[in-house]
Amino acid sequence: MVSNPSNTSQGADAGVSSNPLPVKIIISGGFAVGKTTFVGSISEIAPLTTEAAMTSVSEGVDDAGSAAPTKTTTTVAMDFGRITLGADLILYLFGTPGQERFHFMWDDLVRGAIGSIVLVDTTRLAECFPAIDYFEQLDVPFVVGVNCFHGEQHHDLEEVREALQVPAHVPMLTVDARDRASTKQALLELVQHALLVASQRG
Amino acid sequence: MSNNEADGGGMGSGSRRFKVRPYAITGGRTKSDSELPMETLLRTTDAGRKALERLAFEKKKIVSLCESPIAVVEVAARIDVHLGVAKVLVGDMAEEGLIEALPNRVGEADERPDVKLLERVLDGLQSL
Repeated sequence: MVSNPSNTSQGADAGVSSNPLPVKIIISGGFAVGKTTFVGSISEIAPLTTEAAMTSVSEGVDDAGSAAPTKTTTTVAMDFGRITLGADLILYLFGTPGQERFHFMWDDLVRGAIGSIVLVDTTRLAECFPAIDYFEQLDVPFVVGVNCFHGEQHHDLEEVREALQVPAHVPMLTVDARDRASTKQALLELVQHALLVASQRG
Repeated sequence: MSNNEADGGGMGSGSRRFKVRPYAITGGRTKSDSELPMETLLRTTDAGRKALERLAFEKKKIVSLCESPIAVVEVAARIDVHLGVAKVLVGDMAEEGLIEALPNRVGEADERPDVKLLERVLDGLQSL
């Protein structure tokens, strides 16, 4: 443990439970890859859905032949769950749609997040590319969770890493999104990875 | 197996839905003066508790919901309105003193959680 309480928040020692602090983790990946199942496996509430505006930037080339990113705001449904961690932390897990073929800009969601677990279905690898690109560009810590149902794993993790071109420092693991022990482990791996990134940042 | 996928959408259906168009609640505004991050925790104040009986339906519901702190985004889902609408509503209610927005992490809003906070999260997850 680092014992340097002075430079962070006021909250850690004084009046522990009076003002809980929110933290958030983003569960991303392609369509129907198990994001809501993941959230539901460990959330203390049944997953909820809300609609939020999302600004997306498509990277199309316009008629004049120049690269012209066009911004559109669409409403997307977002599933989320909650985990109370002790008396003073409330962790929200957000499942975000990320299968679109553009980078999504969802600043409100990503701002201040611990990081993301990118869920991957090995039969549809390409669907997680936008999410991985996005988190890499924004320096958001992430781990890649390869979904394995019934404990089956059809691909070697390193094969998947190669196929996705995920850098060596990014942890990869298998996840059964329905299994609480498995999703808990994935969350732990992400937080440990974020800790490593944060401590290297100094 | 995919039960959860289906359950998520079931929340807002049926008689609980508002019978007015969402933006009617906020007088047509879609932006609050002070934009709260979606994970900002809200908690009912004493004033809110005292005012409970005279509050209109959706504000009454929010005051009840925030008895123990929950995030703006959860308020949105539970009263079944768009996140933007919920932000306006709770922003107004915070100004009226009915609820309070608890402080988020100290420092820049876009700052990543620091080592100390991450260690607390790790401890919390490990003891789940």
